[in-house]
Amino acid sequence: MREGLVYLDNAAATRVDERVIQAMLPYMTDRYAVATSQFGYSLGLESKEALEEARSRVAGHLGAQAEELVFTSGDTESSNMAIKGVALALGQKKGRHLVTSAIEDFAVLHSMRALERDGFQIDQVRLDENGRVDLDHLASLVGPETILVSIQAANQEIGTLQDLEAIGTLTHERGALLHSDATHAFGRIPLDVSRVPIDLVTVSSHVLHGPRGVGGLYIRKGTPVVKWMDGGYQENNLRGGTEDIAGVVGFAEALALITPEENDRLRMLRDRLTALLLEIPQSRVNGHPVLRTPHNANVSFRFVEGESVLLHLDMRGFAVSTGSACFSRSLEGSHVILGIGGDHERAHGSIRFTFGRYNTDEDVDRVAQALADVIERLRVISPLGKE
Amino acid sequence: MTLPYSEIVMEHFQNPRNVGRIEDPDAKAIEGSPACGDMVAVYLKVDEATHRIEDIKFESYGCASNIATGSIITELAKGKTIEEARDITWQEAADALGGLPPIKMHCSVLAVDGLQAAIQNYEERHGLVKEAIPTDEAEVRRRLKHVMNPQVGLDLIRTKLVQNVEIDAGTVRIHLDMPSEHQFANNIREEIVEKIEPLWDVQIVEVIFTT
Repeated sequence: MREGLVYLDNAAATRVDERVIQAMLPYMTDRYAVATSQFGYSLGLESKEALEEARSRVAGHLGAQAEELVFTSGDTESSNMAIKGVALALGQKKGRHLVTSAIEDFAVLHSMRALERDGFQIDQVRLDENGRVDLDHLASLVGPETILVSIQAANQEIGTLQDLEAIGTLTHERGALLHSDATHAFGRIPLDVSRVPIDLVTVSSHVLHGPRGVGGLYIRKGTPVVKWMDGGYQENNLRGGTEDIAGVVGFAEALALITPEENDRLRMLRDRLTALLLEIPQSRVNGHPVLRTPHNANVSFRFVEGESVLLHLDMRGFAVSTGSACFSRSLEGSHVILGIGGDHERAHGSIRFTFGRYNTDEDVDRVAQALADVIERLRVISPLGKE
Repeated sequence: MTLPYSEIVMEHFQNPRNVGRIEDPDAKAIEGSPACGDMVAVYLKVDEATHRIEDIKFESYGCASNIATGSIITELAKGKTIEEARDITWQEAADALGGLPPIKMHCSVLAVDGLQAAIQNYEERHGLVKEAIPTDEAEVRRRLKHVMNPQVGLDLIRTKLVQNVEIDAGTVRIHLDMPSEHQFANNIREEIVEKIEPLWDVQIVEVIFTT
């Protein structure tokens, strides 16, 4: 652990828990065989057992059957598999229409864009100012041609939760399937596919103090998904490639370490930080005030730009994130802030804080104090907000 | 560990020179806008007899390189005549900072454009401008030299992305040799519109991605 660093970017990646690493190690040093060798030698049998145990543990957290979970390399692959897999299965048979929202993660948005280039029609559902799906509008968009609706469980930047039960019911009533990218909700808020009408769910280990490069896709029994990436027969012939036994063991272990008490503690840290940040003049919360993941705070500060804020904070030992255009790889402001009706200035001044297991009360007070000082410094330089 | 910014950039970012406003300036200009995410304001005090820039201040809304380039142009311009200061290029500003990452070169352009606009504002206020001339292809191409290709940190003309420029009754149509799905397509389009639209006889700017 780095001395003095306060890491508040846990929605990007997390520090892997030492207990997770210990659980993974034997599968890199002693039990390294592939699971598909189970009929050839006993070392493979051990791998196969570990793989299937991890599968039932992760599936159990979703209320799913073990055979309904396919392991992948993470949320990007899972969402590609879900969206393109359903399009391949139903594009000729049923229809070529899909519905999503403007604030999804890029794996969903860019998969949709790829389908659009192949002649599919994509609609984006209206959102309210907190990023919640307009259910009436969704109902009006889903028709007989619609094969899939893809709406995230929780937003990656502003933490806003969606009412998946209502979205699923409405989608199924109209004969379409529902996929949800639950990367930022899984483990942090309850999600039970035995009660929620949902067909495909993307999950990932890297935001849960587990290893990165490991994720999963829940596929409800009977859901038509065609294998999207060509390869061997692993993962029920849906995902080829050598199984990452250590990775999936780590994923299962990471999930087991998350407790409701931890989530309550993160919520407390989040609420305390939000309250302190709103004491800074000309600041506002992005996302829903209550219906949001417990570990996400996102606040915009007027008249300052996020990358400058990040650099100043970095020099003081804090790691956070921003929706500023200057910080993005495409020089465009956060598509999430813009997607919920925010303007460019609000995107540029948005700072995201995401908490994890290793954050403390003291971190909250220190970052709030540092931020108040940095914002004040940058506002002195800024031409805005002085008239 | 190599930071994306040079030590000089970081130093100017942390301790920007000549920050603030000049009360009752002889000229001022604001380049950029909150919508495009970066903005530089430049204020000048100019000696009327010698045309020498006696005082210059800037304000910045933007990232570290925006603040650092704003700071460095005030140092480069202070003490020069407006004729000399007009020749300061974005490349000189970037060089004075020990270089900028390609994706941040547009900040240098913005700061230098802010300085040029302030100088122009001085000339307008003091009756030093000639008659407005109609926009031609040469003027459009000159302005496109101030739009960066963020991938390489060089302008659109030098990176040969501009295929064709059409000017037709207030409409300027620019054909770019890049796909509309390009990572920086939206950014480049916005920057082009921002540079061409202010021309007095231009009403519509269309950017067409041809590949």
